[in-house]
Amino acid sequence: MKAETREVTVSVNGRELTRRTEVRTLLSDFLRHELGFTGTHVGCEHGVCGACTVLVDGVPLRSCLTLAVQVDGSAVETVEGLAPEGELSRMQQAMRDEHGLQCGFCTPGILMSLLAAERDGVSCERACTDVLGGHICRCTGYQGIRAAIRLRWAELEHEAAAPHGEETPA
Amino acid sequence: MFPREGGRVKPAVFSYLDPRTLEEALGALADHGDDASVLAGGQSLVPLLNMRLARPEVVVDVNRVPGLDALRVDAGAVRVGALVRAAAVERDPAVAGALPVLAEAVRHIAHPQIRSRTTIGGNIAHADPSSELPAVLAAVDGAVVLRSAEEERTVGWEEFFVSVFTTAREPEELVTEVVFPVRPELEFRWVEFARHHGDFPVAGVCLGLSLADGAVRQARLAATGVGDRPLRLREVEAALTGSVLGPETAREAGELAGRAVDPPSDVHGSGDFRRAILATLVRRTIESWPGQAQRGRKGAAA
Ligand code: FES
Ligand code: FES
Repeated sequence: MKAETREVTVSVNGRELTRRTEVRTLLSDFLRHELGFTGTHVGCEHGVCGACTVLVDGVPLRSCLTLAVQVDGSAVETVEGLAPEGELSRMQQAMRDEHGLQCGFCTPGILMSLLAAERDGVSCERACTDVLGGHICRCTGYQGIRAAIRLRWAELEHEAAAPHGEETPA
Repeated sequence: MFPREGGRVKPAVFSYLDPRTLEEALGALADHGDDASVLAGGQSLVPLLNMRLARPEVVVDVNRVPGLDALRVDAGAVRVGALVRAAAVERDPAVAGALPVLAEAVRHIAHPQIRSRTTIGGNIAHADPSSELPAVLAAVDGAVVLRSAEEERTVGWEEFFVSVFTTAREPEELVTEVVFPVRPELEFRWVEFARHHGDFPVAGVCLGLSLADGAVRQARLAATGVGDRPLRLREVEAALTGSVLGPETAREAGELAGRAVDPPSDVHGSGDFRRAILATLVRRTIESWPGQAQRGRKGAAA
């Protein structure tokens, strides 16, 4: 049987891109091999490890369990979008400050899940358990990641409490 | 482990249909029948495709079919359209009010990044013998609505779940709705044991009780992970009915539940292990049920 192809148009981190791809291409492979967004990592390729997590229309999902054709017309956010100017996002900075990564393989997926959690107003407790529970990290033992989440969530609380426009401590 | 072609491709070649109406979707299933797999949330199907354990000729993606994502709650039932994501049920205030055990069980399914995609209809249609929702459906005596190009039929849970990953759904049928009746007279609990939160449980129970003056007027008990499909433990229900809740009742019900099942052994645990876990879950769930007179821990009750 000849492999069927389709044209897929997605916006990745705000940039609209179109490619013709096989209908069986996974979103993870589409991002990595066809569009060059290699920040999205693949570990298990069957939904267990969470390394491939990206946001599609704001929703965190496993890109290894999604076909590229399914996101035609959608907005995808990947780890590359977090520091477009080369300056780390606050969550990335917190991960760095608290040694939330060692090899960094799991980090892109975790950052994307946490971005969605931050936007959804998920509590610090749930971010540390439920959300982080969807990721496997073979290096850190999770303590550093949890410390980074607590640091970032404390910042968020501070920002919410501070009157508008006031400087937040670095 | 994974077949690779230049490292890029996992699933075997299939042809992809993404119907835009229900009629089109049912037409595709009528045309391709057994050769087609329905893709909804994809959280069970895509791993099977990636590992090539499933090699359908045609994938019918129903995600763009309008009208399948309705979640309706009325006095009689929670009606979950085939495309309703687990995350939507988990957050829905009407579900929390009408059938809180459903939201509670959903929270035990995998992780938020999976619940954002996985569908209730897909979970039921996949019929994993360790899955939570089939047991909830069994406990509330729910049903599944199946639709083909020809007809629509509603099948009770007991007829629907046939065996491991096997249901009464015909190849040309689509699960369009899962109906969880609301039973206000009963209070339900979901309790499970998994090695890691988000894993499929070794065993899980959905217990429903209605109490009057500390005595059980009605009991419902369904279990997952201890058979080839969700099981109602009717002998335990009968034993509980009329009894007074207490440590003795809890222990006896647990033992009876353990004896009532004959779970298979697999890599996650032997049959005896699953049986023991089930007995403990039943006992503890009853022990911690609110509204029973406090008795000394060691004292025999009733
Ligand atoms: S690569 Fe997708 S979950 Fe592991
Ligand atoms: S930092 Fe190495 S796997 Fe997480």
